[in-house]
Amino acid sequence: MPRLIKNGAVLSDEQWQAANPDADAAGPGSIATLSQWEALGDKQDSAVQLEPGDGVEALLPHLDELALVAVNFPVFTDGRGFSYARELRERGYRGELRAVGGFIRDQLHYLSRCGFDAFQLADESQLEEAVASLGDFSEHYQAAIDQPLPLFRRRA
Amino acid sequence: MYVYDEYDQRIIDERVAQFRDQTQRYLAGKITEEQFLPLRLQNGLYVQRLAPMMRIAVPYGLLNSKQLRKVAHITRQYDKGYAHISTRQNIQLNWPLLEEVPDILEELASVQMHAVQTSGNCIRNTTTDQFAGVARDELEDPRPYCEIIRQWSTFHPEFAFLPRKFKIAVCASEEDRAAIHAHDIGIELVPNASGEIGFKVLAGGGLGRTPVIGSVVNEWLDKQHLLTYLEAILRVYNQHGRRDNKFKARIKILVKAMGIEAFREAVEKEWAALKDGPSTLTGEEIARAKSFFTDPAYGTIDGAASESALQAQATAEPIFGNWLKRNTVAHRVPGYQAVTVSLKQTGQAPGDITDVQLELLADLADQYSFGEIRSTHQQNMVLADVRQQDLYPLWQSLQKAGLATANIGYLTDVICCPGGDYCSLANAKSIPVAEAIQARFDDMDYVYDLGPLELNISGCMNACGHHHIGHIGILGVDKKGQEFYQVSLGGSQAKDASLGKILGPSFKQEDMPDVMAKILNTYVDLRGEEETFLDTYRRVGIDPFKERVYAKAD
Ligand code: SF4
Repeated sequence: MPRLIKNGAVLSDEQWQAANPDADAAGPGSIATLSQWEALGDKQDSAVQLEPGDGVEALLPHLDELALVAVNFPVFTDGRGFSYARELRERGYRGELRAVGGFIRDQLHYLSRCGFDAFQLADESQLEEAVASLGDFSEHYQAAIDQPLPLFRRRA
Repeated sequence: MYVYDEYDQRIIDERVAQFRDQTQRYLAGKITEEQFLPLRLQNGLYVQRLAPMMRIAVPYGLLNSKQLRKVAHITRQYDKGYAHISTRQNIQLNWPLLEEVPDILEELASVQMHAVQTSGNCIRNTTTDQFAGVARDELEDPRPYCEIIRQWSTFHPEFAFLPRKFKIAVCASEEDRAAIHAHDIGIELVPNASGEIGFKVLAGGGLGRTPVIGSVVNEWLDKQHLLTYLEAILRVYNQHGRRDNKFKARIKILVKAMGIEAFREAVEKEWAALKDGPSTLTGEEIARAKSFFTDPAYGTIDGAASESALQAQATAEPIFGNWLKRNTVAHRVPGYQAVTVSLKQTGQAPGDITDVQLELLADLADQYSFGEIRSTHQQNMVLADVRQQDLYPLWQSLQKAGLATANIGYLTDVICCPGGDYCSLANAKSIPVAEAIQARFDDMDYVYDLGPLELNISGCMNACGHHHIGHIGILGVDKKGQEFYQVSLGGSQAKDASLGKILGPSFKQEDMPDVMAKILNTYVDLRGEEETFLDTYRRVGIDPFKERVYAKAD
């Protein structure tokens, strides 16, 4: 059972199994790879994991049906997932958006600004400490998912 | 100049705290070397040959005297008493200690400075014309837009892990003094058919291993759309830029691979979703940004009288007259002039400045130029608002401090990266080549006779010395473990931007002054009346230079 940070707290995920790219199809309760997910007949309450390069296009017609979108960061320096998250949220996705893979604690704040609300860090032992990084900044210049108005529209 | 309010200050203070914590965790072994790398880079700290180096941001090259004094203090307290002005208008320290960087950042934050995003694969410091706001050929002051871009790009959550570094330059004048064609995004303020000023947007320019001149993505963009449009470009780049090969990761490679049409289409598609959203600039925000760049309290001066008094001084003291001619430019306000402080004295690494010189400049800025000073991408400094009647005493002070070498825009005003003396990426040293050339061509009459000439030197393909766009470019190359130098001719960073063409096989370091002499002699022999080096090169091509330089000694 993976442990993760969700909505600012550490908890265990009892619902979803990690994606298995070697399986022909995603089993019930497991996160599907994009190709497994595309093959699903019924996408209601489904979960899919995006890899860098997948893009969000295929998901757009089904945003209301998805329960979970996981975005994988095979290496933390590959920032494509930041754009995927923002695009999904801007196009109206409201379900769980989970960062998985090799991203690091020091990216949590930016990730959450881009719309991620769940973080499955590779090193589970660091989760409790890592929560603090979510709050690295209390104010921001740009509009993002957490604060849709840029500072210039809010400056007192 | 822009002044922080409590929001700006809070954001920058929180950044210092964040990096202090990260540094402590790194020193405690809780962050790996690999994970710490982008964190420290985005705080200006990069490790070089001899020690960590630190790049302090100078947003669009603008500083006040208080900040300059703080930099002087930092070089003394944490470094060896000197700093280096980079080709992107930033200030570099050569010897800071990693453990002390959080303290340096805290000192900087106390005077509204930082080292944010001066390195790493993120949006870097936005640069512009060093004569912004005072130039006669300017359509509108570009700095308010630079500041708007600075704020937008600072800690942008989506674009901190781009495929590669990303540089934006803005220009608003007839003569392009910001090299916008050589940037990932170049922005030019231009009027549309009905005379309204907006932005022409270029993308995909850049130097480095594969130099490319930027292509126009948008001929005219309404000002209010600046940020949403930039966001659309960055979003296309972040998702589609190559990440498999560091040398093919800049946006120029993406634009080339897609073709400008397809790239523009992709940008327009992203933009359609962002356009008119909350990031659309408001009239109030543009007005707020502009309010920081209003005119200082210029005196009302009889321009003609002031001019003739100045000319009389120049005639009476020809050394002063010469400096006046070479190192100052006209100002849009009568009775004022903009002064370039040369950091190119022979015997001193180009762009280096000591703590004492920094403090002197701070005093001179207070005394003569409304307390402001600018750094230039040619690695000099500028006092932009000097009364003509103050030029003489200013010159005297500068001269005593070794800051009045009358060579701005001439051969010995060499643009030069730190190279092999400091930089771990270097193939070859660059500073000794610059110094050897400055020493060889020490006859200033000859140098003036050569006319405007830009010599740019880089120690490796990364092209920090912008060698591709120098009229003469020198690139350090490695030949079987030996330092060699490749020469290119005909580059230009002006509006008619062009990339230099390689002359031929590379040369040994000790041969470089002779090679330069042959190139310059060829020009002198072939030049037509009033022809600059670049004019002649463009007329006759590279062959006559090649023949002369590679001719067998007889
Ligand atoms: S051009 Fe090369 S040698 Fe020179 S500073 Fe840049 S990376 Fe270092």
